[in-house]
Amino acid sequence: MSNWDILWSSYDVFLNGFYNTLKLFGLSAVLAFILGSGIVFLLEGSRPRLKIPLRIFIDAMRMLPFLILAYLLYYGLPSAGIRMSAWTAGIIALVIYHGAYFAEILRGCRATFAQGQVEAAIAQGFSQPKMFMRIILPQLILKTRGLLGNQLIILLKDTAFLVIITVRELTAAASSLSSTYFIPMEAFIVVIGFYWLISIGLELFIKMIGRFGAKRGFENA
Amino acid sequence: MDSSAWGLLIQGAWTTLWISGVSIAIGVVLGLMIALLRVAKIPVLHQLLGVYISLARATPLVTLVLFIFLTAPTMGVNLNRNVAGIIALTLNTTAFNAEIWRSAFNNFSKEQREAALAIGMTPWVYFRRIMLPQITITSLPGLVNEMSFLIKGSPAIAVIGVVDLTRVTNRISAVTYDPLPPILAAAALYMLIISLLVWLQRVAERKASRLAV
Repeated sequence: MSNWDILWSSYDVFLNGFYNTLKLFGLSAVLAFILGSGIVFLLEGSRPRLKIPLRIFIDAMRMLPFLILAYLLYYGLPSAGIRMSAWTAGIIALVIYHGAYFAEILRGCRATFAQGQVEAAIAQGFSQPKMFMRIILPQLILKTRGLLGNQLIILLKDTAFLVIITVRELTAAASSLSSTYFIPMEAFIVVIGFYWLISIGLELFIKMIGRFGAKRGFENA
Repeated sequence: MDSSAWGLLIQGAWTTLWISGVSIAIGVVLGLMIALLRVAKIPVLHQLLGVYISLARATPLVTLVLFIFLTAPTMGVNLNRNVAGIIALTLNTTAFNAEIWRSAFNNFSKEQREAALAIGMTPWVYFRRIMLPQITITSLPGLVNEMSFLIKGSPAIAVIGVVDLTRVTNRISAVTYDPLPPILAAAALYMLIISLLVWLQRVAERKASRLAV
Protein backbone atom coordinates (compact mmCIF):
# COMPACT_ATOMS: atom_id res chain seq x y z
CA MET A 1 0.00 0.00 0.00
CA SER A 2 1.51 3.32 -1.01
CA ASN A 3 1.42 6.41 1.17
CA TRP A 4 -1.29 7.96 -0.97
CA ASP A 5 -3.47 4.87 -0.51
CA ILE A 6 -3.11 5.19 3.25
CA LEU A 7 -4.22 8.81 2.99
CA TRP A 8 -7.12 7.91 0.75
CA SER A 9 -8.33 5.32 3.27
CA SER A 10 -8.55 8.04 5.91
CA TYR A 11 -10.13 10.70 3.70
CA ASP A 12 -12.88 11.23 6.27
CA VAL A 13 -10.29 12.76 8.66
CA PHE A 14 -9.40 15.33 6.01
CA LEU A 15 -13.00 16.04 5.14
CA ASN A 16 -13.83 16.49 8.80
CA GLY A 17 -10.90 18.91 9.25
CA PHE A 18 -11.83 20.74 6.07
CA TYR A 19 -15.42 21.03 7.24
CA ASN A 20 -14.29 22.35 10.64
CA THR A 21 -11.97 24.91 9.06
CA LEU A 22 -14.75 26.07 6.74
CA LYS A 23 -17.13 26.32 9.66
CA LEU A 24 -14.63 28.30 11.73
CA PHE A 25 -13.83 30.51 8.76
CA GLY A 26 -17.41 31.14 7.64
CA LEU A 27 -18.83 31.79 11.08
CA SER A 28 -16.04 34.09 12.22
CA ALA A 29 -15.88 35.93 8.88
CA VAL A 30 -19.58 36.80 9.08
CA LEU A 31 -19.47 37.75 12.76
CA ALA A 32 -16.24 39.73 12.38
CA PHE A 33 -17.69 41.65 9.47
CA ILE A 34 -20.79 42.49 11.52
CA LEU A 35 -18.57 43.60 14.40
CA GLY A 36 -16.43 45.73 12.08
CA SER A 37 -19.44 47.44 10.51
CA GLY A 38 -20.92 47.94 13.97
CA ILE A 39 -17.76 49.71 15.11
CA VAL A 40 -17.79 51.95 12.04
CA PHE A 41 -21.46 52.73 12.69
CA LEU A 42 -20.63 53.75 16.27
CA LEU A 43 -17.97 56.07 14.87
CA GLU A 44 -20.63 57.87 12.76
CA GLY A 45 -21.83 61.34 13.65
CA SER A 46 -19.87 64.51 14.23
CA ARG A 47 -18.68 63.78 17.75
CA PRO A 48 -19.04 60.09 18.61
CA ARG A 49 -18.78 59.34 22.32
CA LEU A 50 -17.03 56.03 21.82
CA LYS A 51 -14.39 57.33 19.46
CA ILE A 52 -11.39 57.15 21.79
CA PRO A 53 -12.05 53.71 23.32
CA LEU A 54 -12.79 52.23 19.90
CA ARG A 55 -9.61 53.67 18.39
CA ILE A 56 -7.60 52.23 21.26
CA PHE A 57 -9.26 48.85 20.73
CA ILE A 58 -8.58 48.85 16.98
CA ASP A 59 -4.96 49.94 17.36
CA ALA A 60 -4.32 47.43 20.15
CA MET A 61 -5.59 44.58 17.97
CA ARG A 62 -3.49 45.74 15.05
CA MET A 63 -0.37 45.57 17.19
CA LEU A 64 -0.98 42.09 18.62
CA PRO A 65 -0.25 38.74 17.03
CA PHE A 66 -3.43 36.70 16.65
CA LEU A 67 -2.09 33.80 18.67
CA ILE A 68 -1.47 35.90 21.79
CA LEU A 69 -5.14 36.91 21.79
CA ALA A 70 -6.17 33.26 21.48
CA TYR A 71 -3.79 32.44 24.34
CA LEU A 72 -5.30 35.22 26.41
CA LEU A 73 -8.83 33.90 25.90
CA TYR A 74 -8.03 30.21 26.26
CA TYR A 75 -5.23 30.07 28.84
CA GLY A 76 -5.43 33.49 30.49
CA LEU A 77 -9.11 34.01 31.19
CA PRO A 78 -9.73 30.83 33.24
CA SER A 79 -7.61 32.36 36.01
CA ALA A 80 -10.01 35.31 35.97
CA GLY A 81 -12.89 32.86 36.36
CA ILE A 82 -14.05 32.71 32.73
CA ARG A 83 -13.72 29.27 31.19
CA MET A 84 -14.61 28.29 27.64
CA SER A 85 -13.93 25.47 25.21
CA ALA A 86 -11.10 25.74 22.70
CA TRP A 87 -13.66 26.03 19.93
CA THR A 88 -15.51 28.98 21.52
CA ALA A 89 -12.29 30.70 22.51
CA GLY A 90 -11.03 30.28 18.93
CA ILE A 91 -14.15 31.74 17.35
CA ILE A 92 -14.28 34.66 19.79
CA ALA A 93 -10.60 35.43 19.22
CA LEU A 94 -11.06 35.35 15.41
CA VAL A 95 -14.12 37.59 15.60
CA ILE A 96 -12.59 40.19 17.92
CA TYR A 97 -9.25 40.29 16.11
CA HIS A 98 -10.53 40.44 12.55
CA GLY A 99 -13.49 42.61 13.53
CA ALA A 100 -10.95 45.28 14.47
CA TYR A 101 -9.16 44.89 11.12
CA PHE A 102 -12.43 45.07 9.18
CA ALA A 103 -13.35 48.17 11.16
CA GLU A 104 -10.03 49.78 10.28
CA ILE A 105 -10.44 49.01 6.56
CA LEU A 106 -14.01 50.37 6.48
CA ARG A 107 -13.13 53.40 8.62
CA GLY A 108 -10.26 54.35 6.31
CA CYS A 109 -12.61 54.30 3.34
CA ARG A 110 -15.43 56.05 5.21
CA ALA A 111 -13.12 59.00 5.89
CA THR A 112 -12.86 59.68 2.14
CA PHE A 113 -16.62 60.11 1.61
CA ALA A 114 -18.11 63.50 0.79
CA GLN A 115 -20.07 64.94 3.68
CA GLY A 116 -22.81 66.03 1.26
CA GLN A 117 -24.17 62.48 0.91
CA VAL A 118 -24.91 62.22 4.59
CA GLU A 119 -26.46 65.66 4.73
CA ALA A 120 -28.65 64.89 1.71
CA ALA A 121 -29.79 61.62 3.27
CA ILE A 122 -30.65 63.30 6.58
CA ALA A 123 -32.53 66.02 4.70
CA GLN A 124 -34.51 63.30 2.93
CA GLY A 125 -35.58 61.99 6.31
CA PHE A 126 -33.31 58.94 6.65
CA SER A 127 -32.68 57.91 10.23
CA GLN A 128 -29.05 57.41 11.20
CA PRO A 129 -29.13 53.55 11.17
CA LYS A 130 -31.10 53.41 7.94
CA MET A 131 -28.76 55.88 6.27
CA PHE A 132 -25.77 53.76 7.32
CA MET A 133 -27.33 50.51 6.11
CA ARG A 134 -28.68 51.83 2.80
CA ILE A 135 -26.13 54.42 1.75
CA ILE A 136 -22.81 54.18 3.56
CA LEU A 137 -22.31 50.42 4.00
CA PRO A 138 -23.04 49.29 0.41
CA GLN A 139 -20.56 51.83 -0.93
CA LEU A 140 -17.97 50.86 1.65
CA ILE A 141 -18.22 47.18 0.71
CA LEU A 142 -17.94 47.82 -3.01
CA LYS A 143 -15.06 50.25 -2.63
CA THR A 144 -12.98 48.21 -0.20
CA ARG A 145 -13.66 44.79 -1.75
CA GLY A 146 -9.99 44.17 -2.57
CA LEU A 147 -8.80 44.91 0.96
CA LEU A 148 -11.70 42.95 2.45
CA GLY A 149 -10.75 40.00 0.29
CA ASN A 150 -7.14 40.15 1.49
CA GLN A 151 -8.34 40.30 5.05
CA LEU A 152 -10.55 37.26 4.49
CA ILE A 153 -7.52 35.32 3.25
CA ILE A 154 -5.58 36.39 6.36
CA LEU A 155 -8.55 35.26 8.46
CA LEU A 156 -8.49 31.88 6.74
CA LYS A 157 -4.79 31.53 7.49
CA ASP A 158 -5.27 32.55 11.10
CA THR A 159 -7.69 29.68 11.66
CA ALA A 160 -4.62 27.40 11.42
CA PHE A 161 -3.18 29.02 14.56
CA LEU A 162 -6.01 27.46 16.51
CA VAL A 163 -4.35 24.06 16.21
CA ILE A 164 -2.02 25.32 18.95
CA ILE A 165 -4.93 25.74 21.36
CA THR A 166 -6.14 22.24 20.40
CA VAL A 167 -8.97 23.04 17.97
CA ARG A 168 -9.50 20.11 15.56
CA GLU A 169 -9.23 21.83 12.19
CA LEU A 170 -7.52 21.12 8.89
CA THR A 171 -3.92 21.51 10.06
CA ALA A 172 -4.66 19.39 13.14
CA ALA A 173 -5.98 16.67 10.83
CA ALA A 174 -2.73 16.67 8.85
CA SER A 175 -0.54 16.65 11.91
CA SER A 176 -2.46 13.81 13.58
CA LEU A 177 -2.43 11.72 10.37
CA SER A 178 1.25 12.34 9.85
CA SER A 179 2.08 11.24 13.37
CA THR A 180 -0.13 8.13 13.14
CA TYR A 181 1.23 6.82 9.84
CA PHE A 182 4.48 8.80 9.64
CA ILE A 183 3.71 10.22 6.20
CA PRO A 184 4.05 13.96 6.86
CA MET A 185 4.83 15.06 3.32
CA GLU A 186 1.75 13.63 1.64
CA ALA A 187 -0.59 14.63 4.47
CA PHE A 188 0.57 18.24 4.44
CA ILE A 189 0.58 18.49 0.66
CA VAL A 190 -3.10 17.53 0.67
CA VAL A 191 -3.89 20.07 3.39
CA ILE A 192 -1.99 22.89 1.71
CA GLY A 193 -3.96 22.03 -1.43
CA PHE A 194 -7.18 22.47 0.52
CA TYR A 195 -6.10 25.90 1.78
CA TRP A 196 -5.10 26.88 -1.73
CA LEU A 197 -8.50 25.81 -3.00
CA ILE A 198 -10.30 27.99 -0.45
CA SER A 199 -8.21 31.06 -1.17
CA ILE A 200 -8.57 30.67 -4.95
CA GLY A 201 -12.32 30.41 -4.34
CA LEU A 202 -12.18 33.59 -2.28
CA GLU A 203 -10.29 35.42 -5.01
CA LEU A 204 -12.89 34.38 -7.60
CA PHE A 205 -15.64 35.56 -5.26
CA ILE A 206 -13.97 38.97 -4.89
CA LYS A 207 -13.66 39.23 -8.69
CA MET A 208 -17.38 38.50 -8.97
CA ILE A 209 -18.19 41.28 -6.52
CA GLY A 210 -15.85 43.48 -8.58
CA ARG A 211 -17.87 42.85 -11.74
CA PHE A 212 -21.07 43.57 -9.83
CA GLY A 213 -19.50 46.78 -8.51
CA ALA A 214 -18.25 47.84 -11.94
CA LYS A 215 -21.82 47.64 -13.24
CA ARG A 216 -22.76 50.18 -10.60
CA GLY A 217 -19.89 52.52 -11.35
CA PHE A 218 -17.26 51.41 -8.85
CA GLU A 219 -14.53 50.41 -11.30
CA ASN A 220 -11.50 51.57 -9.38
CA ALA A 221 -11.47 49.87 -6.02
CA MET B 1 5.73 37.83 38.31
CA ASP B 2 9.26 37.90 39.64
CA SER B 3 12.52 38.84 37.97
CA SER B 4 13.23 35.32 36.68
CA ALA B 5 9.89 35.35 34.84
CA TRP B 6 10.80 38.66 33.25
CA GLY B 7 14.18 37.22 32.32
CA LEU B 8 12.45 34.33 30.52
CA LEU B 9 10.12 36.76 28.74
CA ILE B 10 13.03 38.86 27.52
CA GLN B 11 14.73 35.69 26.27
CA GLY B 12 11.54 34.75 24.43
CA ALA B 13 11.34 38.22 22.91
CA TRP B 14 14.95 37.91 21.79
CA THR B 15 14.22 34.53 20.12
CA THR B 16 11.24 36.04 18.30
CA LEU B 17 13.32 39.02 17.22
CA TRP B 18 16.37 37.20 15.91
CA ILE B 19 14.43 34.50 14.08
CA SER B 20 12.14 37.08 12.48
CA GLY B 21 15.11 39.34 11.80
CA VAL B 22 17.03 36.65 9.91
CA SER B 23 13.94 35.72 7.87
CA ILE B 24 13.25 39.37 7.07
CA ALA B 25 16.82 39.97 5.94
CA ILE B 26 16.83 36.90 3.68
CA GLY B 27 13.25 37.50 2.56
CA VAL B 28 13.80 41.07 1.38
CA VAL B 29 16.83 40.16 -0.77
CA LEU B 30 15.33 36.92 -2.08
CA GLY B 31 12.08 38.75 -2.82
CA LEU B 32 13.98 41.27 -4.92
CA MET B 33 15.67 38.48 -6.89
CA ILE B 34 12.37 36.67 -7.50
CA ALA B 35 10.75 39.92 -8.58
CA LEU B 36 13.63 40.48 -11.03
CA LEU B 37 13.23 36.97 -12.42
CA ARG B 38 9.49 37.47 -12.79
CA VAL B 39 9.88 40.83 -14.50
CA ALA B 40 12.29 39.17 -16.98
CA LYS B 41 9.41 36.79 -17.95
CA ILE B 42 11.55 33.71 -18.63
CA PRO B 43 8.98 31.23 -20.02
CA VAL B 44 8.74 28.25 -17.63
CA LEU B 45 10.34 29.96 -14.63
CA HIS B 46 7.78 32.77 -14.73
CA GLN B 47 4.86 30.36 -14.30
CA LEU B 48 6.69 28.33 -11.65
CA LEU B 49 7.40 31.42 -9.56
CA GLY B 50 3.81 32.51 -10.01
CA VAL B 51 2.62 29.19 -8.59
CA TYR B 52 5.11 29.48 -5.71
CA ILE B 53 3.87 32.96 -4.81
CA SER B 54 0.24 31.98 -5.02
CA LEU B 55 0.85 28.86 -2.89
CA ALA B 56 3.01 30.61 -0.31
CA ARG B 57 0.44 33.34 0.12
CA ALA B 58 -2.39 30.85 0.62
CA THR B 59 -0.59 28.53 3.06
CA PRO B 60 -0.98 29.34 6.76
CA LEU B 61 2.35 29.79 8.53
CA VAL B 62 1.55 27.12 11.11
CA THR B 63 0.91 24.58 8.37
CA LEU B 64 4.09 25.56 6.56
CA VAL B 65 6.21 25.32 9.71
CA LEU B 66 4.83 21.87 10.55
CA PHE B 67 5.23 20.73 6.94
CA ILE B 68 8.90 21.70 6.81
CA PHE B 69 9.78 20.46 10.27
CA LEU B 70 8.08 17.06 9.85
CA THR B 71 8.97 16.47 6.20
CA ALA B 72 12.69 17.21 6.38
CA PRO B 73 13.61 14.07 8.39
CA THR B 74 11.75 11.79 5.96
CA MET B 75 13.99 13.12 3.20
CA GLY B 76 17.08 12.47 5.29
CA VAL B 77 17.71 16.08 6.35
CA ASN B 78 17.97 16.72 10.05
CA LEU B 79 16.69 20.19 10.72
CA ASN B 80 17.20 22.15 13.90
CA ARG B 81 13.92 23.66 15.17
CA ASN B 82 15.19 27.20 14.74
CA VAL B 83 16.36 26.54 11.18
CA ALA B 84 13.00 24.98 10.27
CA GLY B 85 11.27 28.05 11.70
CA ILE B 86 13.51 30.42 9.77
CA ILE B 87 12.97 28.51 6.50
CA ALA B 88 9.20 28.59 6.92
CA LEU B 89 9.05 32.28 7.81
CA THR B 90 11.42 33.11 4.94
CA LEU B 91 9.39 31.14 2.37
CA ASN B 92 6.31 33.03 3.52
CA THR B 93 7.70 36.54 3.64
CA THR B 94 9.70 36.18 0.39
CA ALA B 95 6.49 35.66 -1.57
CA PHE B 96 4.90 38.81 -0.18
CA ASN B 97 8.09 40.85 -0.62
CA ALA B 98 8.44 39.67 -4.22
CA GLU B 99 4.99 41.09 -4.98
CA ILE B 100 5.87 44.41 -3.32
CA TRP B 101 9.11 44.71 -5.31
CA ARG B 102 7.37 43.68 -8.53
CA SER B 103 4.69 46.34 -8.23
CA ALA B 104 7.43 48.93 -7.66
CA PHE B 105 9.15 47.69 -10.85
CA ASN B 106 5.97 47.86 -12.85
CA ASN B 107 5.21 51.38 -11.70
CA PHE B 108 8.68 52.66 -12.51
CA SER B 109 8.79 55.24 -15.32
CA LYS B 110 10.09 54.04 -18.68
CA GLU B 111 11.51 57.45 -19.61
CA GLN B 112 14.31 57.13 -17.09
CA ARG B 113 15.42 53.88 -18.67
CA GLU B 114 15.41 55.38 -22.13
CA ALA B 115 17.33 58.41 -20.91
CA ALA B 116 19.90 56.26 -19.10
CA LEU B 117 20.45 53.98 -22.11
CA ALA B 118 20.66 57.02 -24.40
CA ILE B 119 23.55 58.50 -22.44
CA GLY B 120 25.35 55.16 -22.67
CA MET B 121 24.71 53.40 -19.37
CA THR B 122 24.71 49.62 -19.53
CA PRO B 123 21.47 47.98 -18.26
CA TRP B 124 23.28 46.82 -15.12
CA VAL B 125 24.63 50.30 -14.29
CA TYR B 126 21.17 51.71 -14.97
CA PHE B 127 19.60 49.17 -12.59
CA ARG B 128 22.22 49.64 -9.90
CA ARG B 129 22.52 53.44 -10.01
CA ILE B 130 19.12 54.70 -11.17
CA MET B 131 16.40 52.13 -10.62
CA LEU B 132 17.34 50.31 -7.42
CA PRO B 133 17.77 53.37 -5.17
CA GLN B 134 14.39 54.73 -6.23
CA ILE B 135 12.36 51.54 -6.03
CA THR B 136 13.93 50.78 -2.66
CA ILE B 137 12.49 53.96 -1.26
CA THR B 138 9.09 53.58 -2.93
CA SER B 139 8.67 50.00 -1.75
CA LEU B 140 10.03 50.60 1.74
CA PRO B 141 6.62 51.32 3.35
CA GLY B 142 5.22 48.08 1.94
CA LEU B 143 8.27 46.12 3.05
CA VAL B 144 8.10 47.48 6.60
CA ASN B 145 4.39 46.69 6.70
CA GLU B 146 5.19 43.11 5.67
CA MET B 147 7.83 42.97 8.42
CA SER B 148 5.22 43.72 11.06
CA PHE B 149 2.97 41.07 9.50
CA LEU B 150 5.81 38.59 9.76
CA ILE B 151 6.39 39.36 13.43
CA LYS B 152 2.67 39.00 14.07
CA GLY B 153 2.80 35.63 12.31
CA SER B 154 5.99 34.48 14.01
CA PRO B 155 4.21 32.76 16.95
CA ALA B 156 3.56 29.99 14.42
CA ILE B 157 7.04 28.65 15.16
CA ALA B 158 5.84 27.86 18.68
CA VAL B 159 4.03 24.85 17.21
CA ILE B 160 7.32 22.98 16.69
CA GLY B 161 8.58 23.86 20.15
CA VAL B 162 10.67 26.97 19.58
CA VAL B 163 10.35 28.95 22.82
CA ASP B 164 9.43 32.35 21.42
CA LEU B 165 7.66 35.23 23.13
CA THR B 166 4.30 33.45 22.89
CA ARG B 167 5.32 29.99 24.00
CA VAL B 168 7.44 31.27 26.87
CA THR B 169 4.21 32.31 28.63
CA ASN B 170 3.32 28.60 28.93
CA ARG B 171 6.66 27.91 30.49
CA ILE B 172 6.29 30.68 33.07
CA SER B 173 2.74 29.72 33.99
CA ALA B 174 3.86 26.10 34.43
CA VAL B 175 5.83 27.37 37.42
CA THR B 176 3.58 30.13 38.78
CA TYR B 177 0.17 28.52 37.95
CA ASP B 178 -1.04 31.96 36.93
CA PRO B 179 -1.04 32.33 33.13
CA LEU B 180 -2.70 35.74 32.92
CA PRO B 181 0.21 38.05 33.92
CA PRO B 182 2.84 36.53 31.59
CA ILE B 183 0.41 36.57 28.65
CA LEU B 184 -0.40 40.22 29.27
CA ALA B 185 3.30 41.05 29.63
CA ALA B 186 4.07 39.22 26.37
CA ALA B 187 1.25 41.15 24.68
CA ALA B 188 2.77 44.41 25.91
CA LEU B 189 6.19 43.42 24.54
CA TYR B 190 4.66 42.56 21.15
CA MET B 191 2.94 45.94 21.10
CA LEU B 192 6.26 47.60 21.81
CA ILE B 193 7.97 45.79 18.93
CA ILE B 194 5.15 46.39 16.44
CA SER B 195 4.69 50.04 17.40
CA LEU B 196 8.39 50.53 16.73
CA LEU B 197 7.88 49.10 13.24
CA VAL B 198 4.76 51.21 12.68
CA TRP B 199 6.77 54.29 13.58
CA LEU B 200 9.49 53.18 11.15
CA GLN B 201 6.84 52.73 8.48
CA ARG B 202 5.56 56.25 9.02
CA VAL B 203 9.09 57.61 8.59
CA ALA B 204 9.52 55.52 5.44
CA GLU B 205 6.21 56.75 4.05
CA ARG B 206 7.19 60.36 4.61
CA LYS B 207 10.45 59.75 2.73
CA ALA B 208 8.69 57.92 -0.09
CA SER B 209 6.07 60.62 -0.57
CA ARG B 210 8.75 63.31 -0.66
CA LEU B 211 10.50 61.39 -3.44
CA ALA B 212 7.29 60.80 -5.39
CA VAL B 213 6.71 64.50 -6.01
